[in-house]
Amino acid sequence: MTPISTGSEWTFDLIDEYDREIRKIAVDEFKLDVYPNQLEVITAEQMMDAYSSVGMPVNYHHWSFGKHFVSTEKSYKRGQMGLAYEIVINSSPCIAYLMEENSMTMQALVIAHAAYGHNSFFKGNYLFRAWTDASAIIDYLVFAKSYISKCEERYGIDTVEELLDSCHALMNYGVDRYKRPQKLSLAEEQARQEEREQYLQMQVNDLWRTIPRRDKDDANREPPRFPAEPQENLLYFIEKSAPLLEPWQRELVRIVRKVAQYFYPQRQTQVMNEGWATFWHYTILNRLYDKGLVTDGFMMEFLQSHTNVVYQPPVTARWYNGINPYALGFSMYQDIKRICENPTEEDKAWFPDLAGSDWRASLEFAMKNFKDESFISQYLSPKLIREFRMFSIRDDDHEDKLEVSAIHDENGYRDIRSKLAEQYNLGSREPNIQVWSVNVRGDRSLTLRHTMHNRRPLDEGSAQEVLKHVGRLWGFDVRLESADNDGSITQRFEVKSSLELQRL
Amino acid sequence: MSHIIDRRLNGKNKSAVNRERFLRRFKAQIKEAVSRAVKGRSITDIESGEKVSIPVKDISEPVFHHGQGGIREQVHPGNEEFIRGDRIPRPQGGGGGGGGGKASQDGEGEDDFVFELSREEFLNVFFDDLALPNLIKTQLMGVEELKQVRAGYTNDGTPANISIVRSLRGALARRVAMAAPTLARLGEAEEGLDELLESDDESTQEVREQRKRIHLLREKLGSIPFIDPFDLRYNNRIQQPKPTSQAVMFCIMDVSGSMDEQKKDMAKRFFILLYLFLQRNYDKIEVVFIRHHTSAVEVNEEDFFHSRESGGTVVSSALNLMADIVKKRYNSSEWNIYAAQASDGDNWDSDSANCGRIMEEQLLPYCQYFAYIEITEGEPQNLWYEYLKVKERQRHFAMQKIRSASDIYPVFRELFKRQPATRA
Repeated sequence: MTPISTGSEWTFDLIDEYDREIRKIAVDEFKLDVYPNQLEVITAEQMMDAYSSVGMPVNYHHWSFGKHFVSTEKSYKRGQMGLAYEIVINSSPCIAYLMEENSMTMQALVIAHAAYGHNSFFKGNYLFRAWTDASAIIDYLVFAKSYISKCEERYGIDTVEELLDSCHALMNYGVDRYKRPQKLSLAEEQARQEEREQYLQMQVNDLWRTIPRRDKDDANREPPRFPAEPQENLLYFIEKSAPLLEPWQRELVRIVRKVAQYFYPQRQTQVMNEGWATFWHYTILNRLYDKGLVTDGFMMEFLQSHTNVVYQPPVTARWYNGINPYALGFSMYQDIKRICENPTEEDKAWFPDLAGSDWRASLEFAMKNFKDESFISQYLSPKLIREFRMFSIRDDDHEDKLEVSAIHDENGYRDIRSKLAEQYNLGSREPNIQVWSVNVRGDRSLTLRHTMHNRRPLDEGSAQEVLKHVGRLWGFDVRLESADNDGSITQRFEVKSSLELQRL
Repeated sequence: MSHIIDRRLNGKNKSAVNRERFLRRFKAQIKEAVSRAVKGRSITDIESGEKVSIPVKDISEPVFHHGQGGIREQVHPGNEEFIRGDRIPRPQGGGGGGGGGKASQDGEGEDDFVFELSREEFLNVFFDDLALPNLIKTQLMGVEELKQVRAGYTNDGTPANISIVRSLRGALARRVAMAAPTLARLGEAEEGLDELLESDDESTQEVREQRKRIHLLREKLGSIPFIDPFDLRYNNRIQQPKPTSQAVMFCIMDVSGSMDEQKKDMAKRFFILLYLFLQRNYDKIEVVFIRHHTSAVEVNEEDFFHSRESGGTVVSSALNLMADIVKKRYNSSEWNIYAAQASDGDNWDSDSANCGRIMEEQLLPYCQYFAYIEITEGEPQNLWYEYLKVKERQRHFAMQKIRSASDIYPVFRELFKRQPATRA
């Protein structure tokens, strides 16, 4: 076999040829199931554009995307960072960007990594299957963009921007963790949008109808609790129940909520997703080399950038910034493969079902059925814990010193595994804040409740700021209470509607 | 098969809108940075943008997150020495990572958010202060590098560009041409009728037929349209590269004690504006700085704005010096000469008449334009009244009082208005 190319320059023909060979390995040989691919060659500037609007090819306009652009551009121009050489979009067809500045090797790497790795993850992982609709997202964003720009025309850029600011502040609290969303196409979405506006408004009006009751018995009865149960999806609650929002404002809340929901699986599968893509680019490009399709020079360049990506600096390094998800994820999939193929006695004891099984099927199963938290708690092996020399630090503000609570030894494996898994549990990483109650009969004030976890308090400055945004959306007074384990309130925040909310 | 698309040519600058939104939102801070920059920069140094920094806390987007305290467990890689149960002192400065500040997300820590304005953005903000109409902004910034010039006439165009004279001239020619044969026949017919009437009387058949013929010919003439779409001619304009030649700009400033920092700053803004304007029109621009109190001296920009030397005021010394420099170095047949004089208007009493004379006799004949700005809040001074007389007689002399930055531009507007009239 002769190599596909020898120089570092790419051409469209070469990209096509590499893609074909990579596809043979990824799809025919390793049976990766992927959405159709769309490879788009773009400039560095366009990459920065994509980068700053959360990677989406279409998005509505907002100053914070501008802010990201400005800061990305700055670090790029100063050479502080290379651009992400991969942005890939969970859509069908799956869009992967190839930057024109990349060498042929990097283009091949990105194709293997994004167009086959991430792509198959998007298509296979249960969270993405349940929560996102790859075929509809671009359409939905087109709808959102044009709807928002129409709102800007009608109500002014500032008005719309303020509302979006407030929604963005609550974006992480705009997801359903348990309910599955409906899939809608652009046409249906538009057709239903107007209907929804009217219906929602009717419902809200009904909710706030205050007809005095004649019946004496009724007056004595406890007013029904509203909402009947605490609500975890703050944006959803606001969209449905905020008394003063105009129909178009509800639609905007909904748009932000939908986008948040779309990205929710990504936030829960960073280690798995990056690890998977990295595992496959590594496997595929090595296979290309075995088949004699790429040169030694190609491999040298590839390995260098691969090594950079999966490097895990130790805790003592000056640039240590937590655990590198690429490193952890990649190692875990490699490790699973190893356990399948060459299990040690330890592996057999720890992973009896995995040891000796078909690695491809086991890997597929691991990719499909977990999120970071459960993936780690299921698959992190003692060997990897040793390799990473993991240890756990317990920081209790009641103690005057930190405590090393577990290290990479016999006693510590399970402990470390479960603690690391917990670290990826979004539920405990982010403060648990829910809609607690609304004073329906009185001042219509809204109370949120933070349920403390491990006595961890809210950051006061930001909590007060976010609460102002909540107040702007709700339109009446809002309160936020922090409750510890036995339900007693330890922190309180309050925002009076009328005064503070005129301008944030 | 993957679909490969070359996107490089489309969708460039997609973030422009978002970037602009961002600038818009932090306008106040950016403005401040720009006016700070104007103070620090030389007049000719407007080629680049400007670094702007905004405190991170102003720019951050708040989200709920954990504060310090409580129990936190964190797994780290790279253990070298610890064993289980080791107790280690808390690292100084914060309880170590975790749900820490969002501010560090941009890699800037608690520092300011720093970014660069492009030259265009910089000028936009700079001009914003001066309240320029947008049209002029783009002209000044040199985005419009070409200028429109007349280039004859065309057969089509927009109604606004119809050339009435040309169109009517064409219509007339067409009418003459189309009417000529009929007119000739009409003439013949009328002559025939006259002849007939000499011999016959009105009622004969022949006379009646002749009259009918004449009538028909007249009608035929009448039906020739006065103007036909075919006749319309439109002014044709084409883009021509901007003029290229050389210019010199004299900056004359009164540095008597009353010209404080703020006044100098306004003068500087005026000079920058003038410089930008000239830069757009000329290939090469030189700047001459003249400062004066009782005597005048040519200095560099640094001394011009910052030297603290001071004394009484004799304005004519500066004008004389300028006249000398023009004679020696700037032959008015080769150079377009512009000057701007900034003063608080306080002059040695008997000197003002001198100034008026020098201005009219020795400077204005060679200048493209001379602008006097009086930076003062009080009553106009004697120099002002003297110059008023000059202004009445000389069209390329402008003067204006400036109280705040937003007054700077009106003087400028004058400059633009006069431009065609003073073209050499």
